[in-house]
Amino acid sequence: MATKRSGVLTFEQRLARLEQIASELDAENVDLAKALSLFEEGIDHLRSAAAELATAEATVQRLVERADGTFGVTDAD
Amino acid sequence: MTSRRGARSEPASELELFPAAEPAPRIVEEPLPSYVGSATYPGETAEAAIAVSTLTETARDILEGAFIPIWVRGEITDFKAHRNGHWYFCLRDSAAQIRCVVWNRDQRRIPAPPDDGMLVAAFGRLTVYPARGEMQFTVVRIEAEGDGLRRKALEITRARLAADGLLAPERKRALPRFARTIAVVTSPDGAALHDIVAVVRRRRAQVRLVVVPAAVQGDSAPDELCYALDQINRWRGADLVIVSRGGGSREDMWAFNNERVARAVAACYAPTISAVGHEVDLSICDLVADYRAPTPSAAAEAATLSKTELEAELRRAAHRLRAALAAKFSADRDHLRHVARDLVSAAVRQTSVRRASLERVSGRLHALSPLATMARGYSVARGPDGRALTSVAQFTEDMPFDLVLRDGSLPAKAWPRSDPAS
Repeated sequence: MATKRSGVLTFEQRLARLEQIASELDAENVDLAKALSLFEEGIDHLRSAAAELATAEATVQRLVERADGTFGVTDAD
Repeated sequence: MTSRRGARSEPASELELFPAAEPAPRIVEEPLPSYVGSATYPGETAEAAIAVSTLTETARDILEGAFIPIWVRGEITDFKAHRNGHWYFCLRDSAAQIRCVVWNRDQRRIPAPPDDGMLVAAFGRLTVYPARGEMQFTVVRIEAEGDGLRRKALEITRARLAADGLLAPERKRALPRFARTIAVVTSPDGAALHDIVAVVRRRRAQVRLVVVPAAVQGDSAPDELCYALDQINRWRGADLVIVSRGGGSREDMWAFNNERVARAVAACYAPTISAVGHEVDLSICDLVADYRAPTPSAAAEAATLSKTELEAELRRAAHRLRAALAAKFSADRDHLRHVARDLVSAAVRQTSVRRASLERVSGRLHALSPLATMARGYSVARGPDGRALTSVAQFTEDMPFDLVLRDGSLPAKAWPRSDPAS
C-alpha cells in the first residue's frame, strides 16, 4: 500500500489511505525517514484528490442490458 | 329488394350530387317460428313457451345492455375465496342484496380480499348468472371505506415481511460515504429523476447516476420495478441504489407497497435508499430499504457529498496528516532529549561505579602483588613461556630464562648443575 501512488485511486480510497498514513505516523515505532516518506505520500494523495475534485462533474447515464445478458451504459443527457 | 331499388333511384339528379353514404336499412322479414297455434311472439302461449336458458340469456342481454359499469355501495357479507381462485360474496344494505363475483384475473387491482362487514364501493357490471338464474354483479375494483382494504393489504404484507425478518433494524446497512456510481430505479421521464439530478448538479457531487428505467405506477409497475432491481443485481456496477418516484395519489404509489417489489429491494446487493412520494407517504419499500428518504431530493442529498463537503474532508485529512507529522517530530525530539539525559546519567553512574570497583580491585591486587615481595629483595625466575620457575626440576642445562627483580628483569642461563651433595 505504501508504494501505491498511482492516479487510479478513488477519492474515497485516497482519503482512506490518508487516514492510514496519519495513523502510521502516530505509531510509536516509526523512524523519521519512514515518517517523512509517509508524509510525502500523503501530500501526493492530497494533491491528486484536490485536482480530481476541481475537474469532477456529475454524469447521468442509463443502464442498457444487451441481448447476451451483458450490461452497458449510455448517456442519458 | 325491388322497393328499395325503386326508392333510391327516384331522384336521379340528387343521387349524383349526394350519393348515399350508407345503404338504407334492410328490412328482413323473418319467417315466423314454428310455434303452434296463434302465438305472435315467443312465450305468448303455453304452446309457444320458451326454454329457461332462453329466458335467462335474454335477461342477461337486456341487463348488460341497460347498465354501463357502475360503482355500487354496500356491506360485504358471506365472503368466500373459492379454491378455483375466484371470490364470491354478497353486497347488501338494509333492504336488499346482490350476489357478487371477482374473477381471479381481476383480483390484482384489488389490494386485499375484503372482510365480512366491510363497507365498500364496488365497481363492476350487472349481469345474470344463467346457471342459477340470479342477478350477479361482476366486480373488478373495490374501495373500502376509510381505505380499509389498502390498510389490510399493508398489514398483511408487512406481517409477511416481518416474519421473514426483512424489517429488522439490524438488517439496515450503512450507506457508503462516498458513493461513486448510484443506480436510480425510477421513470426516466418522472419528476423524481428530475429532482435527483437537480440536487446532484447543484451540490456538484462527484457521482455517476445510472438510471434503470421502470414504470412507477400502473399495473405493470411491480413487474418493471422488480425487473430493474434484478438487472442491478446482475450488473453489480453500482455502490448505492435509489428506488424513487414523485408524489401522487395513494393508488399511484401502490406499486411500492407490493410484496414482490419489497423483497426485490431487500435482496439488492448494494445498500438501498427508498424515496417514494412526499414526507407523509410511507411505503413498504421504505420499511425494507436501508435508508428512507422523505423525498427524491432528500435521497440525492443522503446519497452524495457536495463538493464543499468533499473539500472539507480533504482539508481535514491534510490537517490530520500535518498534525501527525508534527507530533512525530516533537515526540522524537522529546524522546531524544530523554534518551540523552538518561544516557549522560547512566554514563556518570557507570563511571563512578567502575571507579569504585577499580579502586577496590587495585587495593586487593596491590596486597597480593609479588612486586611487594620483590621490593623486599626477592627475585623470580621465569621461563620462556612466562611461567614462574619455582623448582630446580624445571631447569635444563643451558636453558635461557628471565630473572625478574624489583626494578626490571635480566636474561639468564642455567649452568650445569653442581653435585647436590656438596
